[in-house]
Amino acid sequence: MNIDKKITDDLVANDVSFVTTVPCKQLAGVIEEIDQRSEIFHIPSNKEDEGMGLCAGAFMGGKRSAIIMQNTAIGVTINTLATLTQFYRMPLPMIISYRGELREPVACQVEMAVHTKALLAQMHIPTYHFHWQDDVREFDNILKYTFMCNKPVAILTDANFWGGYGDQ
Amino acid sequence: MIRSEILKEIAPIIRDHLVVCNIGLPSQELHMIDDQPTNFYMLGTMGLSSSIGFGLALAQSKSVISIDGDGSVLTNLGTLPTIANNATGNFTLLIIDNGSYGSTGDQPTYAGKKTSLTAVARACGCDTVIEVQDKDLGPVLQAAIDSDEMTIIVCKCDSGNIKLPVITMDPVVIKHRFMEAVKA
Ligand SMILES: Cc1ncc(C[n+]2csc(CCOP(=O)(O)OP(=O)(O)O)c2C)c(N)n1
Ligand SMILES: [Mg+2]
Repeated sequence: MNIDKKITDDLVANDVSFVTTVPCKQLAGVIEEIDQRSEIFHIPSNKEDEGMGLCAGAFMGGKRSAIIMQNTAIGVTINTLATLTQFYRMPLPMIISYRGELREPVACQVEMAVHTKALLAQMHIPTYHFHWQDDVREFDNILKYTFMCNKPVAILTDANFWGGYGDQ
Repeated sequence: MIRSEILKEIAPIIRDHLVVCNIGLPSQELHMIDDQPTNFYMLGTMGLSSSIGFGLALAQSKSVISIDGDGSVLTNLGTLPTIANNATGNFTLLIIDNGSYGSTGDQPTYAGKKTSLTAVARACGCDTVIEVQDKDLGPVLQAAIDSDEMTIIVCKCDSGNIKLPVITMDPVVIKHRFMEAVKA
């Protein structure tokens, strides 16, 4: 299974046509796939809270939107999630690379990894964790759930899910 | 002129367009001066007026005006390259540059000192950036809305605030009313 393609296919099938991204090494493939798809308008943002603002505007303009970012960005976006996305009740699928988990080569990444689920839980953000490639089968359901309940929803995708870092 | 005087003057120009209005006193003033379903009031999230308005402009074809502040643009400077590189003609960014964080008591911003937001916007790649003095804003704003060029307006004005109540409308009501107006 090509998980980059599966994620993109599910986004398209669920009518998500506006995607903003801030890259992570693990996300390179899915960002490239999204960039190539004519059904999706891809707009890179410079910071993830900015991206959530773009998504909020696009949503109010009638387009389903999503953000692709690294888990470190949870530390950047708490205020925006609370005072914009949640306060105004807007749906936002967040495809998040979960750095600092098993098979992580960079020690610093662990420092935000240990806070990631606690912060999401404190924010009452529904959170899913993809560890095996097969877990991606749930993605379509998660998107439907997100647009049903009008909430930000987190999909954490760790290094094992993306296939690790090779020999690093 | 201070911000509330500017908003009073441009209210007839922006009334029939989609407006995203900055957190704090700008939204409270616009709400008091000319509340419209086509107004989206930010109740929090300092910095994202330009991003929300720009996302909205990209997603549909109606004209969108983001009313922003110098302090808020400074806090989200990354917005300018994004806007510049994905320009859309139905978007106007109006930065009310009073050189201060007005809503929190007029503490000075760097935009009132050595930093020129006009020059920053140009350096970020925005093609049409107009700096204008408060009293001359009306025709410049009207022309920006009418044109097919995305325009960034930096409106230099005095700092100063009027006393007025907070917005008590529920955020979900603001959003719903606004989205209905977008669709209408
Ligand atoms: C993250 C964050 N920091 C600080 C504030 C407090 N705050 C609200 S409005 C504002 C000033 C905004 O200044 P500007 O954008 O220049 O608008 P003005 O009120 O001057 O029109 C500040 C500092 C906030 N809401 N959020
Ligand atoms: Mg100001």
